Amino acid sequence: MIALAIARMELLSLLRSPLAWATLSSVCALLAWLFLLRIDQYVLYQSQLLALAHPPGVTELVVTPLFGSAGLILMMVLPVITMRCFADQERAQTLTLLTSAPVSLTSIVVGKYLGICAFLGLILVLLLAMPLSLTGATKLDFGLLGAATLGITLLLNSYLAVGLWASSLTQHPAAAAMLSFGLLLTLWLLESASAEPGDTAALAQLSTLTHFQALLSGLVNTADLAYFVILSLLALGLTVLRLHHKRHCS
Amino acid sequence: MQPAALVTVENVDRSFGSVTAVRDLSFSLHSGEVLGFLGPNGAGKSTTMRLITGNLPASAGTITIGGYDLQQDPVPARRLFGYLPDTPPLYRDCTVREFLHFCGKLHGLGRQQLPQAVDRCVERCGLGDVGNKLIAHLSKGFQQRVGIAQAIVHDPELIILDEPTVGLDPRQIDEIRQLIRELGRSHSLLMSTHILSEVQAVCSHLLIINKGERVLHSALADLDQTEVQIRYRAAFNRPPDSDQLARLAGVGPVSPDEQGGYQIEFSERQTGIDALLSASLEQNWQLTELAPIHPSLEQLFLQITDAPASTATADPPAP
Repeated sequence: MIALAIARMELLSLLRSPLAWATLSSVCALLAWLFLLRIDQYVLYQSQLLALAHPPGVTELVVTPLFGSAGLILMMVLPVITMRCFADQERAQTLTLLTSAPVSLTSIVVGKYLGICAFLGLILVLLLAMPLSLTGATKLDFGLLGAATLGITLLLNSYLAVGLWASSLTQHPAAAAMLSFGLLLTLWLLESASAEPGDTAALAQLSTLTHFQALLSGLVNTADLAYFVILSLLALGLTVLRLHHKRHCS
Repeated sequence: MQPAALVTVENVDRSFGSVTAVRDLSFSLHSGEVLGFLGPNGAGKSTTMRLITGNLPASAGTITIGGYDLQQDPVPARRLFGYLPDTPPLYRDCTVREFLHFCGKLHGLGRQQLPQAVDRCVERCGLGDVGNKLIAHLSKGFQQRVGIAQAIVHDPELIILDEPTVGLDPRQIDEIRQLIRELGRSHSLLMSTHILSEVQAVCSHLLIINKGERVLHSALADLDQTEVQIRYRAAFNRPPDSDQLARLAGVGPVSPDEQGGYQIEFSERQTGIDALLSASLEQNWQLTELAPIHPSLEQLFLQITDAPASTATADPPAP
């Protein structure tokens, strides 16, 4: 599979750039700090929580907010990873290597997407290691943790797809990063439309946050899963179209 | 019957906004030809290269490679060539071997063929000593070789090189030319350059474009006899009058140059040279120098654009 070869090369060149390690280390430090902060608070209020009839568990009080913050923080970080994929390569004129080869545009896009997904896997492993480190000390709600993990994975994968599309739209990496950040933030903030009266509430259904929150609360709903899959496929499809347009339409 | 051409370019136009980069360009390249694609900077060479490799859509016209239309069947058409663009598309974070391995995979080489193919092109391009170095750490000359290597790793029928010697030092230029000459023996090759001597050193055919239009397409062998009147420079210790020189048999127009010598055109080359040598001996002119002046690209251009349209657009004979 040529897409896999492209994915491997994408991951390899990412891992050889300082960008990957700067990203991994700062994201890891930031999330670990938030995680420890939550744990501290949990320990502080634990005795008062026990007085409640149905006290929320550690998963609800520590893991859910942690994943929520991760969704927001990585919205700013992942566009920096995806901006390289097309914009940077086009600028360095190395994209010609792929576009002159007997490879379909779909393979190029899917390959690059899989490559950065593998990198995202590293971030997710680091993120997941934090709640899992509590397994010996307390009882985790694995159902909730599973749903939240699924949610953050789908959310971040859609970030990558949107970022990839933004990267194909311009030759300026920084512009690509800004563009995808703008798009992602807009999608996220659409959730606030649910608070408005009238028809605009439907807009909230377009928001990544609406569907992410549902999964974070432990509800695995086909509609939410489908939303993320469709969003990702749409962005990847638009990327292929964009490359096709560049190649075939003058 | 004339064999089907490997590359055919028919009435191709390409404009960027109001600027026309390539205008009504048509030519064909047959199997086994080494076509030098010549023109001054900004003549539309790189644009044409990008058009032929499918990296840029044409505004009008059709391009086929091996019979496959580049727009309709891009993937089979792309299998037939290897392409070095004007900026080599190198992944600087990779080692030479890793990179070539990846390029081989992109061109559909299987797991069994890959190591052999990479070894072969590493050896061919003289990259043996740097195979495990990062491309970012290589000198420009070696990077250019890696660029050529990625174009030939899958042993394509057609090699397309866009200004392969630009920005190299004279020794590197010589080495790259040597490599291109070798490749030209076993492959069809299309190479762009703005240096005439490069075409003379390497190519079998010549295509000149200027301002996006074809000015000349000819076999190099025909060009020598018909198109280019080679002039000679002669210098003497005791120079004769230019009239004396012009009266010799086989000698055409004579004009003095700034260094005290003469520029001579021979109407019949061998007779003229013989007459000049014997006259110099008899009359003790003490000839110190007699050398052909190879026309620069600019001179060639002037000559060709001045020539009647019928000879300028003559097609090359079938190979």
